[in-house]
Amino acid sequence: MEPLAVEITSTHFMAMLPLLITAITTIVVMLAIALRRNHALTFILTVIGLNAALISVIPALGVTPIEVTPLMVIDRFACYYVALVLISTLACATLMHAYLGDHRNPKVGYPGNREEMYLLLLLACLGGQVLVSAQHLAGLFIGLELLSVPTYGMVAYAFFNRHSLEAGIKYMVLSAAGSAFLLFGMALLYADAGTMSFSGLGVSLATMGENLLVQAGITMMLIGLAFKLSLVPFHLWTPDVYQGAPAPVAAFLASASKVAVFAVLLRLYEISPATDGGWMNGVLTVIAVASILIGNLLALMQSNLKRLLGYSSIAHFGYLLVALVASEGLAVEAIGVYLLTYTITSLGAFGVVTLMSTPFQERDADGLYQYRGLFWRRPYLTAVLTVMMLSLAGIPLTAGFIGKFYVLAAGVEAQKWLLVGSVVVGSAIGLFYYLRVMVTLFLVEPNLQRQDAPSNWGARAGGVMLLAITALAFVLGVYPQPLLALVQGSVLG
Amino acid sequence: MILPWLILIPFIGGLLCWQAERLGNVVPRWIALLTMTLLFVLGLWLWSTADFSLAPAPGTAPQWAAEFQVPWIARFGISFHLALDGLSILMIVLTGLLGVLSVLCSWNEIDKRIGFFHLNLMWILGGVVGVFLAIDLFLFFFFWEMMLVPMYFLIALWGHSGSPGKSRITAATKFFIFTQASGLVMLVAIIALVLIHYNQTGILTFAYADLLNTQLSATAEYLLMLGFFIAFAVKFPVVPVHSWLPDAHAQAPTAGSVDLAGILLKTAAYGLMRFALPFFPDASAEFAPIAMWLGVFAIIYGALLSFAQTDIKRLVAYSSVSHMGFVLIAIYSGNQIALQGAVVQMMAHGLSAAALFILCGQLYERLHTRDFREMGGLWKRMPWLPALSLFFAAAALGLPGTGNFVGEFLILVGSFQVAPWVTVIAATGLVFGSVYSLIMIHRAHFGPAQSDTPIEGLKPRELGMILTLAALLILLGVYPQPVLDTSHASMQGVQQWMSAALNQLASAR
Repeated sequence: MEPLAVEITSTHFMAMLPLLITAITTIVVMLAIALRRNHALTFILTVIGLNAALISVIPALGVTPIEVTPLMVIDRFACYYVALVLISTLACATLMHAYLGDHRNPKVGYPGNREEMYLLLLLACLGGQVLVSAQHLAGLFIGLELLSVPTYGMVAYAFFNRHSLEAGIKYMVLSAAGSAFLLFGMALLYADAGTMSFSGLGVSLATMGENLLVQAGITMMLIGLAFKLSLVPFHLWTPDVYQGAPAPVAAFLASASKVAVFAVLLRLYEISPATDGGWMNGVLTVIAVASILIGNLLALMQSNLKRLLGYSSIAHFGYLLVALVASEGLAVEAIGVYLLTYTITSLGAFGVVTLMSTPFQERDADGLYQYRGLFWRRPYLTAVLTVMMLSLAGIPLTAGFIGKFYVLAAGVEAQKWLLVGSVVVGSAIGLFYYLRVMVTLFLVEPNLQRQDAPSNWGARAGGVMLLAITALAFVLGVYPQPLLALVQGSVLG
Repeated sequence: MILPWLILIPFIGGLLCWQAERLGNVVPRWIALLTMTLLFVLGLWLWSTADFSLAPAPGTAPQWAAEFQVPWIARFGISFHLALDGLSILMIVLTGLLGVLSVLCSWNEIDKRIGFFHLNLMWILGGVVGVFLAIDLFLFFFFWEMMLVPMYFLIALWGHSGSPGKSRITAATKFFIFTQASGLVMLVAIIALVLIHYNQTGILTFAYADLLNTQLSATAEYLLMLGFFIAFAVKFPVVPVHSWLPDAHAQAPTAGSVDLAGILLKTAAYGLMRFALPFFPDASAEFAPIAMWLGVFAIIYGALLSFAQTDIKRLVAYSSVSHMGFVLIAIYSGNQIALQGAVVQMMAHGLSAAALFILCGQLYERLHTRDFREMGGLWKRMPWLPALSLFFAAAALGLPGTGNFVGEFLILVGSFQVAPWVTVIAATGLVFGSVYSLIMIHRAHFGPAQSDTPIEGLKPRELGMILTLAALLILLGVYPQPVLDTSHASMQGVQQWMSAALNQLASAR
């Protein structure tokens, strides 16, 4: 084994800028909270830091690809996903600000300490960035834990609420079990190959072939990652956690957290040809078909919007697996496009739930009945949710259609007809509940005063972000060429 | 440059209607009416000026009467590519006309959320025009799927609340799922076709002209043809996959039914003639007997079910299934006369079905029921409407002097040379047609009256719409030559594709 001569130059710093800035922001926010507790100040610091990190992706692009320690590599692929994680974190931060309550009126909104939420969010975001840049099993594990552990806290943030606490504990226990599987799998792989870098693993497995040890190791790693991605049959936690978590945290779980895990899965799958074997494709095919069908079927009769979105996310990651299994030609691009469109869409959908539940109350506005006739009270907010539902269903004029088009194209190109067929069937089933949500918004309501978004929601940070996301979902659906060019430039080299 | 405007006008008009709602209830209606009139007039102007001897035909690069192209998604070689030939202009003129009528027939019927209603109405029509113009396959699919959303809203929000267990939302959802799911099958077929073309030439493109030159193995061709056929068959509707249609019609508001029967069904026939046959002539020739027998089955089955209905709108809906069966036979016969007949039949059915649905709507506004069992004796109770219903019922059964007669006659004459048995059995559909059309009149307008109170007669607006349609239907019946001339070149192209393949198939056997 060669000695690890780690040399850090200014170029490396340049490449790491987004991560460094996020880390610095975390520390600054922590110190600021220690000095003076102020919701608005904490929020502003967080947003400035995240924006700076996002902008610093541009100089980082100039020095790619570059290995930063054996654990991480910053290439165009990593930059794309770092940007995606940062953008979704930013969106979640604005949603949280709206959700936790107005700083001028501490009686309204979240009753406890609000500021630590941003701290946890920044830490999780940092974990996501490490994860998408990982090229070594150790890097993968560090990133994954850094992403997961703060998320436990976020899910249980409203700990005095039974549902939130239950969701937090459930998520922690199951996620820890997933991590344990992952670690065991890594250990087995290391025992066989003697290396933990992705490419080293690939070389070793290509030359030495597979044995029981490797197969067991890969399977256990897959189980661990499937837990995090809530793929069938490891999906049982998803609806409960989505329902129990505060709405903006659920948005983070559905967007940044899953994007980062899927990106690292993609890198692992593409770099280590060990995963290219027939049996692995078979397993992934079964998981994909099961996720698509079961996710969609279980969502059919949900009357709770958060649970419904949870089940639908299971199905959507099934669609993504189709592109992963296809794994040639268009596939990597398809995943990049699909993850972006899915992130936008789920941020939008959870954003509406968040604003409807704003400011914080004992229970989020997640019952479908609470959305009945929303169009006649909050027309633009309804337009947002309508676009998001259409986008989730993959109807033209929305970003979701471009994503679905890509996934189908990847599936057809690889001639995986079973998978293509299940995408078609899954979409048809999915339509039923997306349409159900959509039409609920327009039905005339009986005269009942209900929990509603504040009437000036559009003028707040969260509202502005939501409208921007909707515009983006529409523009990408009508003119996706710039995005496609961007993604095409950030495939794994 | 005029082609994109044909699509943009309805979309912009729709947005204006939506925003104009705050100016009162009448403004959106007038904006919608003006928009549709503009579309109709533009269509007529194009019809009178463009040269429709240009149409795609096998062997050469497709020629068009008018064309418009700008690059759109360069990554996949997709462009915003519109083109016009005789077939498309006829369909667009029909769309414009029925657009005007559907605005007019909702004038009193729709009284809430008027702006949003007209937004949806305009966007359906914009999407339909897009389908008739797009010759980039991605763009075609884009419009094909896009028009579903406003139609869904139209049925789900302004539809009639039906009998228990058959709410308008169920009907709308069924419509959406049927069409969208089958549409995805077509999308898969489109992508497969594009990728096969890419593997052969190294050029990634969705352009009609390029994809026509794709070399396909027999199996691949047959499968891809099926992919397209399934999508079009659902919209057509061909019998095993027709069940969304009566539900959607029964619950839809009048304007929705007019658009659905008048033009949305025609997009399927258009799609078969424009895409499925030219792309896959050999497979289509092989498939032709099956498709024609499906058509025969649709004719008879639609007619029988139509006869059994108690809901007047469902009756007309099933009669549409029956009439579109003739079009299906004609398309797969590969005979010039039959194909020309199909075009006339599409126009005539568009006019007569629209008129029948408008009449149903007017009846409903007065009686608040669509059930025959609560009608009867209307002839004595109101002027005009029963007589006009009789006229359109007669048109629907193919009375000479109406466009429907010309269409069905040409179809039967043309198909007889190709498939005598199919034609003979299909011709019995005309007899069944008389049965259900006359029973509709009999049940609704004759027999014992439920009460003696006279019913409010037709307003000038309502009478004007119906008389216009009647006049046009007679015009089409006695002088169909302009329509035949316009569609001649397009149909000749389709016929050449199909007959070459049919001859090849015949010599191989």
